[in-house]
Formats: sequence, C-alpha cells, structure tokens
Amino acid sequence: MALTQPKSDAAEVLLAAYPAPLEQGQWADTARKAALARFRAEGAPGRRDEYWKFTNPSLLTAGEVAPAGLLDTDEAPVFEATDKLLLVFVDGVFIPELSGDLALEGVRIEHLSEATAKDIHWAKDVYGVLEADGQNPVPRPLAALNTAVATEGFLFHVTGKVSKPVCIRYVRDAEDADAVVHHVVKLDEGADITILENGPAAARFNHVLEVDVADGASFHHVRAQGRDHKRMAATHLFARLGRESSFKSFTLTVNGQLTRNECVISFNGDDAHATVAGASAGDGGDYHQDDTVFVTHDALNCESRQVFKKVLRNGATGVFQGKILVKEDAQKTDGYQVSHGLLLDDDCNFLAKPELEIYADDVACSHGSTCGGLDETAMFYLVSRGVPEIEAQDMLILAFLDDAIQEIEDESIAEDLRGRMKDWMERHRGQ
Amino acid sequence: MAVTEDVAKEGIEQETVDAVKTVGEKYKYGFETDIEMEYAPKGLNEDIVRLISEKNNEPEWLLEWRLAAYRRWVQLEEPDWAMVDYPEIDFQDQYYYARPKSMMEKPKSLDEVDPKLLETYQKLGIPLREQMILAGVEGAEDIPAEGRKVAVDAVFDSVSVGTTFKEELAKAGVIFMSISEAVQEYPDLVRKYLGSVVPVSDNYYATLNSAVFSDGSFVYIPEGVKCPMELSTYFRINAENTGQFERTLIVADKGSQVSYLEGCTAPKRDIAQLHAAVVEIVIMEDADVKYSTVQNWYPGDEEGKGGIYNFVTKRADCRGDRAKVMWTQVETGSAVTWKYPSCILRGDDSQGEFYSIAITNNYQQADTGTKMIHLGKNTKSRIVSKGISAGRAQNTYRGLVTMHPKAKNSRNFTQCDSLLIGDKCGAHTVPYIEVKNNSSRVEHEATTSKVDDEQMFYCLQRGMDEEEAVALIVNGFAKEVLQALPMEFAMEAQKLVAISLEGSVG
Repeated sequence: MALTQPKSDAAEVLLAAYPAPLEQGQWADTARKAALARFRAEGAPGRRDEYWKFTNPSLLTAGEVAPAGLLDTDEAPVFEATDKLLLVFVDGVFIPELSGDLALEGVRIEHLSEATAKDIHWAKDVYGVLEADGQNPVPRPLAALNTAVATEGFLFHVTGKVSKPVCIRYVRDAEDADAVVHHVVKLDEGADITILENGPAAARFNHVLEVDVADGASFHHVRAQGRDHKRMAATHLFARLGRESSFKSFTLTVNGQLTRNECVISFNGDDAHATVAGASAGDGGDYHQDDTVFVTHDALNCESRQVFKKVLRNGATGVFQGKILVKEDAQKTDGYQVSHGLLLDDDCNFLAKPELEIYADDVACSHGSTCGGLDETAMFYLVSRGVPEIEAQDMLILAFLDDAIQEIEDESIAEDLRGRMKDWMERHRGQ
Repeated sequence: MAVTEDVAKEGIEQETVDAVKTVGEKYKYGFETDIEMEYAPKGLNEDIVRLISEKNNEPEWLLEWRLAAYRRWVQLEEPDWAMVDYPEIDFQDQYYYARPKSMMEKPKSLDEVDPKLLETYQKLGIPLREQMILAGVEGAEDIPAEGRKVAVDAVFDSVSVGTTFKEELAKAGVIFMSISEAVQEYPDLVRKYLGSVVPVSDNYYATLNSAVFSDGSFVYIPEGVKCPMELSTYFRINAENTGQFERTLIVADKGSQVSYLEGCTAPKRDIAQLHAAVVEIVIMEDADVKYSTVQNWYPGDEEGKGGIYNFVTKRADCRGDRAKVMWTQVETGSAVTWKYPSCILRGDDSQGEFYSIAITNNYQQADTGTKMIHLGKNTKSRIVSKGISAGRAQNTYRGLVTMHPKAKNSRNFTQCDSLLIGDKCGAHTVPYIEVKNNSSRVEHEATTSKVDDEQMFYCLQRGMDEEEAVALIVNGFAKEVLQALPMEFAMEAQKLVAISLEGSVG
C-alpha cells in the first residue's frame, strides 16, 4: 500500500531531529542507507496504525523532545550489588571515564563508532539485519530509524562463557536529551552472557538491541527502566535463535510517561527456548506502558513463554500486545503466553491483544489474559489474620508481580528487583 | 464412505452413526432450481437502488435512506484487515435484485404455484404443509401443522416467498413477516428501529446492504409476550451472479421472549457469490432473545472453486435493564466468512452470550468472532468459540471485549479453542481486551491443539474408521456449543460437523 502523505511527512520531521551519521566504513554505510530507505518506506507510526491502536506514538514521533524533569533520588542504582562490568551512558553517550575496562574474558566489546569506521566487520551480518527481518509482517519504523541514525552503542562478540554480567547503566543529565542507542550481541556456539540494563537513559530514548544466538548458546537479559516520571522510551529487542539455544529477557518498568517495549523473537533452529517476561507498575494518568511481543516459530520442538504482569493505579494505562506465530513446519511447538492486569482503582486501563497465528497442527499453544481488581477473598483472609490492610495489599501485589519476576534465573537479581518493587509500593500506596 | 454396520455400536450414539452415514452426501443442497427469474440490470448505481425501492413499493423516507447509504458506500474502501484472502470482488458484475417470475403475483392455490419452487422446498426438507404456506398459498394456514411448530419466513434470492403461521402468531400479538411487507403494514415500527443498531455508516458491507437490501424478516414481540413458537428464516440463493442482501430486524419489547433460527443454502457453482446481510436486534427491559444460525452456504469445491462470500454484520442492542441475548452459530459453509455477531450491553444487569462453532475444510476461510461491549453496570458476557480447521483452510477467531469505565462490577469469560486436522491448515486467535474499571473482571483463555492421539487410538481400536473417529471427537470438542443450540438445529449441526470434515483425514 502506498504511504500516505501524513506518515511520510511525519517521518521527515522525525528524521530531521537526528544528525545524519558521517560517511564511514562500507558495511555501516550500506546498513544505514538500507535502514533509512526502510524507515522512509514505512513512514512514522501513527495513531491509525493497527499496531499502535492502544498507544499514541505522537510523543515518540515529535520533531522535538519536550523537556522532561529529572528525578531527584539518592537511591542506589539497580544491580549495584552485582559483580559486573559497568558501561555508563549519560544522555545516550558512552562515558569511558565512568565505565569499567572493556576487556573481559569470553567477549570482545567494541564501541559502535569504532566498528563503523572499519570497512569490513562481522557486525554486518547482524547490525540492522535482525531489525530488517523483524519488519515483516509488522513494520517497526522506529527501529529502522534507530539503525539509520545511531552512532552510540556496543557490539558484543561473545565467544565463550562470560564470567560476569555486563551492566549498561543509562544516566540522565539534560532535561531534553534525545538519545539513540543501538547494541548488537553475537553469541558463538555454546557461548553464554548476561546483559543487564538499567536507568532512564534520556528524556526520549530510542533503543535497539539485536541478539544473534548461535546453536547451544545462552543469552540472559534483565532490564530496569529507570524511575523518572516524565521520560519516554521506545525499545526494540530483536533475537534470532539457533538450535538448542536459550534466550531469557525480563523487563521491569516503573514510572515513565510513555514506554513502548517491543520484542521480536525468531526461532531458526530446533529445540530452542525463549522467555520474555515483564513486570510493570504505574501510578497516575500520565503513565502509559506498552509491551509488544512477536514470537515466530520456524523450527521444530521449540518452546516460548511470555509472562507479563501489570499493576496500575490512578488512571495509569498498561498495554500488552503479544503474538505467537507458528509457521507451517514448526511442529511440536510449545507456545505459552499470559498477560494479567491488576487495577488498583477505578480509572485505570488495561488493554490487551494476545494473538495466536498457527499453521502447524502438532502444537500446544495457549494464551490467557485476565484483568480485575485485588482479590477480595485473599484480602479478607490476610486482614482476618491480623495483617494490616496496607501490608496485605502490598503482599498481594508483590505476589501478583512475582509470577513475572520468577522468570529471572539469577535469584539475587530477582531479589534486588523485588526490593525495588516493594519500595515503589511504599512510596505509592494509599494516596 | 462405508459404514460397516447399521446398528450403533455400544457407546456410540445412533445420531453419530447416522451423521457419519450422511458424510458421503457431501454438500447435498448444491442443486440449482431452473426457474424463470426477473432480474434488475447488472451493476450498482442509484437507479438500481431506486428500482429495488420501487419494486418493494417503499415510502420516500426509505428510498432516501437507501440513497444516503449508497452515496456513503461509494466513498468507502473494502476492509482488508481480516485474515481472509480472495480475489477482488467486482461489485458491478453482480445482480442486485432477482425474483422468481411466478412471484410477481401471489398464487391463490397450490396449482398456481410454480412446481419448481415447490420442488425446491421439498428438496431442502421443508414439510409439505409448511411448504404450501411457504409458496404463498392462501388458506394453508388453516391446516393444522404436525408436531412442533416453527414459523418460517423463506427468502429466495431477493424476495421473501412466504411466511408460515402468521395468523397464529398474530393472535399472540407477534408480528412476523418479511421486512418488505412490514414496511407497508408497520412503517412506523420499521422506521423507528431500522438502522438503530447497525447504522448506515457502520461498515463497508453493512452500508452496501443498507443501500440494496431487498428483503428479510421482521419480528416484533410485544411487551410481556413469550413467542408461542420458534421463528425461523430460511435463506436460499439460487440465481447466478446474484448477491443476496437481506436485512433482519428483531424487536423484543419489555419482558418478551423469542427464539429465532436462521438457515441458509446455495447451489454449487464455480463462481463465487456474494452474500452481505445485516441482522439488528433490539432488546428492551427483561426481554430475552436467542438467535441461532446454522450457516451452510455452498463452501466451494475441494479445489476452492466457487462458494459464497459471506460478509455479515449482526448486532444485538440490550437497551433495557436485565435484557438478555444469546448468539449461537454453527458456521460450516461459505468459501469466505466475515462475521462478528455482537452484543451491546447497555442496560444494567444485561447479559450477552456467544457460542460458536466454525468449521473450515478444503480452501475455506473464516474470520469470525464477537464483540461484547459492556456499558451498563453488572453486565455479564460469555464467549465460547470452537474453531476447527482441516484441509488447507484458515480459521480465525477475532473478538473484542470492552469494559467501559461505567460498567462497574461487570464480568466476562472468554474461551476460544482451536483444533487443527492436518498440517496444511491454520488456526488463529485475535482477541482485543479493553478494561477501563477495576470492579470488573475479564478472563480470556485460548488453546490450539490437534486431535488427541489417545482419543483417536481409543476410537480406532473400538472399530471405528478414521473419519468416523474424527467426527466423533470433533463433536465432543464442540459439545458446549452444540448443547446451546435448539434441538432441531443441534441434530443438523452434528451431521454438518461430519459432512464438513469429509475428506480431511488421510
């Protein structure tokens, strides 16, 4: 279908917000030009797009970023206690002085700008490639834009088992920073890495993470999207999974006026496993959080899990769009998807579209989606046993979110996030 | 296919055996009645709209209403969001009006009725006494009908051929007639409710229907009346290259009750035919409407040639408190189905239910589901959808459940299960859930699986053959919906399940 003029105009307006990357190495130029063409062909996302039915993209596509206030907090950053290699970005720009030594056994880490300066680089088979694959059947123009204009980010070539997690911390400084960051992770056969991400990043953050998981490799990803109330983020996670590989990603979202997290997973090898989970908590009418997941099964005997939990209050909105696509020969697929909304008061919105599209017959796919208030019977049980009402409520909310948090493999990290949620509830309860 | 024994085996119900026996008959309503027809010229324009209106001797307001719809339709684009794929329809290459010539003047006795029309009804299995009335013979109403009474309105291509039991219904105060007659006899009622549930602007096909609908049924159940018998409409497409656009309007006044059945068949043809109907139901306080459909339009052949394109808009509006509506549908026919019977739960404590079995085989495609729009307090809805896909068919459930901020303490439960038979077919689920208050609860679950190996093994080792076994298992899979159907339909539906799956195994 031909692109409408408004979509095309909006694309140019958005494009004008970012400086065009300088001419660099051949592979990078080719990738960026192709991405730019994709973005122009798709146009900016608009309210009338079916894929943006529940989320208004106008803040993400505006030519200018509205200044967003910074959160004043002395709280220790998430993952502080974890032994890790720390990489720090301030307003979307890497700051080596604040970061650790890039040398780490089992992984070669290279800044995007170094790699793009070279004419030949392994990244040409991944950078923008997984993103391009993920554009079909649903366009993801903000990801294409990211590939076209990003100059910040890291390329991780994982060759073995990496001894400690790599933690990328995104710090905000300016009120109107508009950041574009693009990371690529390539895991060789049998390799294993954990990537942690946390922090609000920028007033507006466009983030792409492409993960190529080779046969038998494992990728773990845990993300906490900073607490600033006014920040906006559009993130895309693209993953391609080889035979017997494993992929696990968890995202915690609290606060933020607009968050759209897209996750696109494609099973290319048999017997692989993927989990995408998310817990989110929002308070107030200007909280809008959207998890959009697309899992494509194109191999035998693969298993996918999607577990999403959202706690909403005071007019907050939570969105879940999940899809499991099972292609014709993807027999023995096990696809599982749940999304639950817990509405703490009357004017919140939980909007969900859990989809299945199945072309193979020997599969077991299911999805469940529920929404409602706190369980009165459970509340009564706790209160009748002497638990104060507020604590009882906290307990039930934490238990509700825990189904998603449990999907994190590392127990100490899970515990860290549980603590954050508990703090969040203390700050936001009973108002 | 052969059934080895005539007597039912232990543990197998006779109906199942009978159903399986009929499998060999395939689509048995595929015959064509060779009858002289009167057509309006091919194509669609304002003149055709005027012509249809003139043929039905309609008042000015209705003509204007149609013209407004037509003018809007010209501006619209055909929707493409459904998971169905079919060659582009040339809306100018269709007849929009066709009626048997013999119906130009109402026949006075059986001798005057075109024998071909009589034969058609006989073949479709409608009993003789009803048939006399169906064919429009005056006086047949006095002959007592045997057994259970079901009043029938039969629509043949563009016109209603006749309505049975009209007088008996009139005694109870129930109005049941073709909509073209109702426009003449009860213009105020029709004018008040027509388009009030499905407005002219609703969607592409509903707008088209508003412009060119030629007939359909009209039902009015007055306050406090329980309709003394089941009402039914039987749709038959016969003429070639003719679209059928019927419009059904049911109004259930306060405290009334009615159960309505709908059936449809069409001849086998290589060229696809269009059917775009609109059903509007208005339900007042404490009224209760049950609407059941067995949709058995010609599905096309094994190669996917021909069949009916079925684009239908059905909606019930529960306007009063405690109003109740129940949609039950068995969708086995049509090459393409695009249909979402919906419930607007406006009155407090109103209830909507949707039970559906959609079976697709060969190259059939179905995109069907429901919308439950909760507006009133304490409203309840329940959706049970069973999709069965075989051959190279595609079967999609598409639904919407929305809880508006004011719909406090409302409740929804949705269950959609899909069964796949064979590895070339598809089953899809596209539900939309929107919850905007916290005292309501919404639960949605969906599963997709294939016929269970263990169940299959059990049946086979009991001496059933594969097709018999699949039919039995599928009947079990769809049991919750089959049980919601009125008795006559349940039997037919069970048979249809077996027929539709013919050739899907092995």
